[in-house]
Amino acid sequence: MAERTKFFLLRYGPLLTTMTVFVLAYLAGGWLYPAMKNPQVFFNLFINGGYLLLVSIGMTFVILTGGIDLSVGGVIALTTAASAALLKAGVSPFVVMPLMVILGIVFGLTQGCIVHFLKVQPFIATLMGLYFARGMAYIISLESVTIKDSFYKSLALTPIPIPFLDAYVYIPTLVGPIMLIVAIYLTYFTRFGRTIYAIGNNEQSALLMGLPVARTKILVYSFSGLCSALAGIVFSISLLAGYGQFATGTELDAIASVVMGGTSLAGGVGTVIGTLFGVLINQTIVSILQFNGTLSSWWTRIGVGILTLIFIGIQSLFYIRRKHS
Amino acid sequence: MAENRNILSMTGITKTFPGVLALDDVDFSLRKGEVHGLMGENGAGKSTLIKVLTGVEQPDAGIIELDGRSVHVRSPQHSQELGISTVYQEVNLCTNISVAENIVLGHEPHRFGVLAWKKMNALASQALKRLEIDIDVAQPLGNYSLAIQQMVAIARSLEFTSAKILILDEPTSSLDVNETNLLFDVVRKLKSEGLGIIFITHFLDQIYRIADRITVLRNGKLVDTYDTASLPRVELIAKMLGRSMTDLDAVSKSKVEHEQKASGECLLEAKGLGLKGSLEPVELALRVNEVLGLAGLLGSGRTELAGLLFGVDTPDSGSLTLSGKTIQRFSPLESLKNGIALCPEDRKAEGIVGELTIRENIILALQARYGWFKFLSAEKQNEIAQKYIQLLGIVTPSSEQLAKNLSGGNQQKLILARWLATNPQVLILDEPTRGIDVGAKAEIQKLVLDLAAQGKSCVFISSELEEVLRISHRIVVMRDHKKAAEYSGDVNDQTIMQTMAGNL
Repeated sequence: MAERTKFFLLRYGPLLTTMTVFVLAYLAGGWLYPAMKNPQVFFNLFINGGYLLLVSIGMTFVILTGGIDLSVGGVIALTTAASAALLKAGVSPFVVMPLMVILGIVFGLTQGCIVHFLKVQPFIATLMGLYFARGMAYIISLESVTIKDSFYKSLALTPIPIPFLDAYVYIPTLVGPIMLIVAIYLTYFTRFGRTIYAIGNNEQSALLMGLPVARTKILVYSFSGLCSALAGIVFSISLLAGYGQFATGTELDAIASVVMGGTSLAGGVGTVIGTLFGVLINQTIVSILQFNGTLSSWWTRIGVGILTLIFIGIQSLFYIRRKHS
Repeated sequence: MAENRNILSMTGITKTFPGVLALDDVDFSLRKGEVHGLMGENGAGKSTLIKVLTGVEQPDAGIIELDGRSVHVRSPQHSQELGISTVYQEVNLCTNISVAENIVLGHEPHRFGVLAWKKMNALASQALKRLEIDIDVAQPLGNYSLAIQQMVAIARSLEFTSAKILILDEPTSSLDVNETNLLFDVVRKLKSEGLGIIFITHFLDQIYRIADRITVLRNGKLVDTYDTASLPRVELIAKMLGRSMTDLDAVSKSKVEHEQKASGECLLEAKGLGLKGSLEPVELALRVNEVLGLAGLLGSGRTELAGLLFGVDTPDSGSLTLSGKTIQRFSPLESLKNGIALCPEDRKAEGIVGELTIRENIILALQARYGWFKFLSAEKQNEIAQKYIQLLGIVTPSSEQLAKNLSGGNQQKLILARWLATNPQVLILDEPTRGIDVGAKAEIQKLVLDLAAQGKSCVFISSELEEVLRISHRIVVMRDHKKAAEYSGDVNDQTIMQTMAGNL
């Protein structure tokens, strides 16, 4: 039994650490600023961090295969700019949204093909993707374009009350948690998900086991593209605007969240649940700084930076221990 | 038992890699219900033939027929669909996912697209029970030993019941005797079920125990296919080598010729040389013209002693003198300058730089000795490279070939060449013949003796007692991190084994 406990701790240690840090950070915030005890503050983490959660989920998939996707922020910007321009031109939102989703998938698919078939380093391929997407967003419009569509407005402004609690979220807020459930299902309950883990551990082995490596890798980048497009739609609804400068640096926030969530950049190790808590930690720090009101918002980045470093340290410790046992 | 119907026939298979003709018009056939041994030295083309059959590599020419139907194997996945299952030498599984997943992934049971974990685990347990292994299949594979991982790999390949052909590529290299017997029981059972089994191994004993027929490859060409019963062992070795055993005899003979010379002056002398926790104080004297064998089990302190002599570690007791001068500073660079060279044990990790050319690999140590800023002209480099390629008989189309494209034996020669280029007085060789074939072994052994005859001194470390005995003038036996005994070259292997085991 003790043996089992040890294996359990070695396996889920990083995840448990992340959860504990989130709880501690939130409690610390509540102790410093009593207003944070209001349940609405907790749901604000999802309202404000929804887009980050979405791209981080996609990023988790990519990182689990041992890759990286730097294009996510660019795809968000491109999606918002394209949506705003199309809506301004009078295109129906029911056409715009599916179109954006398809755009994201095709964008990711292309990157996946470049990575897999042309054997371009994921870092380079998706960096080019980032430049391309952000560039295209500026080609569409050099300035921020306001969205005046009534459907978008109603989505942005209709609160959904949370039962039994004096709190609310908006419809777009639900997209992140829904995709989270989809992602958990995919990683744990499908061959696609298990193949992702196998590839991340040893791509050559996965190939020799007869697993569909090419298809899985390309699908993973497509999935990340889909998540980015959804994040872009959520972003454009909450700001009711589209602009090439939106979501600058999001790719790095997402990577930091994924790493804080216990996913190894080497691939093959990590969970989507961990990523959720990585995002929540990020958003909690943002909240604390907002409640403080006097500190520069750049403290968020400093805090996330330090935490990420600590998490990577903890991860290697667990890794070393696991190797020894 | 074996029916005469071919389930697989490969005809005229040819495959070229940059600068190397890996397979040259090779034919191979496999009958239903037979175990077919595939034999050959390293670089003979066995692995390439298997890679072609399993779709890892595409042949340049040739036809593959399964059950009389011509097929084009596109990928490893496709080969599995065709009923060809493979267990590789290195365990090609994923250590981060569970044992059960490793066995059933790709063929996993699911309900409405949801993986049925319970059913997966049950299936996996059942597959392992067939090999009489009972472990918790929900644990990550990495939690188990290499032997268990190998068995999991076999269980995986057996689990596909449609398998008509099972390829075992050096499956026993990480298994102990009992596990090997267990595997053979399973192989016989599968054979009686009508599977065709291709068995590749370096162990001649095992081939004679299990194989019905043997196909021999040499230098990418087919030698022939034989019935095991009608092929005596010595003849098999001769076919693999393409020459008789006289080369090995020649090695023994040249040792006798050098015998008298080897009583020369003392070159390298260790007095009470030791390092806490690594090696207890050792007395050692190495003479000019001598090959000193270092025998002992893995972890007996052989490699540690070599490390101290070369200055990888600094000793905390005793002294080391070279030609009467006491060595003060222990570092590999200092040793190189003093004319001591060490060929490390693990040639992949510590020796060869695969992405550099043969010439660059040979020049490396020499360049380090000269210092990084003194430039060796291209002409000079070429001259040195050519000299050693010829001297050691490295088989390569040119000195500009990448080192990774060489076969194991030639890589080993390349490391030797690197150190010989520095013109050392003392050459320490740690397992210089491990993992290379019989022919290349004989060549390297002969080379070591020739070097000794030319006035150099060699320390020869090997796990293979037989070769230590064959070429050493004196033998030091290590045990439990200390020197257990020292013998002259005419000691018999029984004595040494007893010493290694601690009975003497």
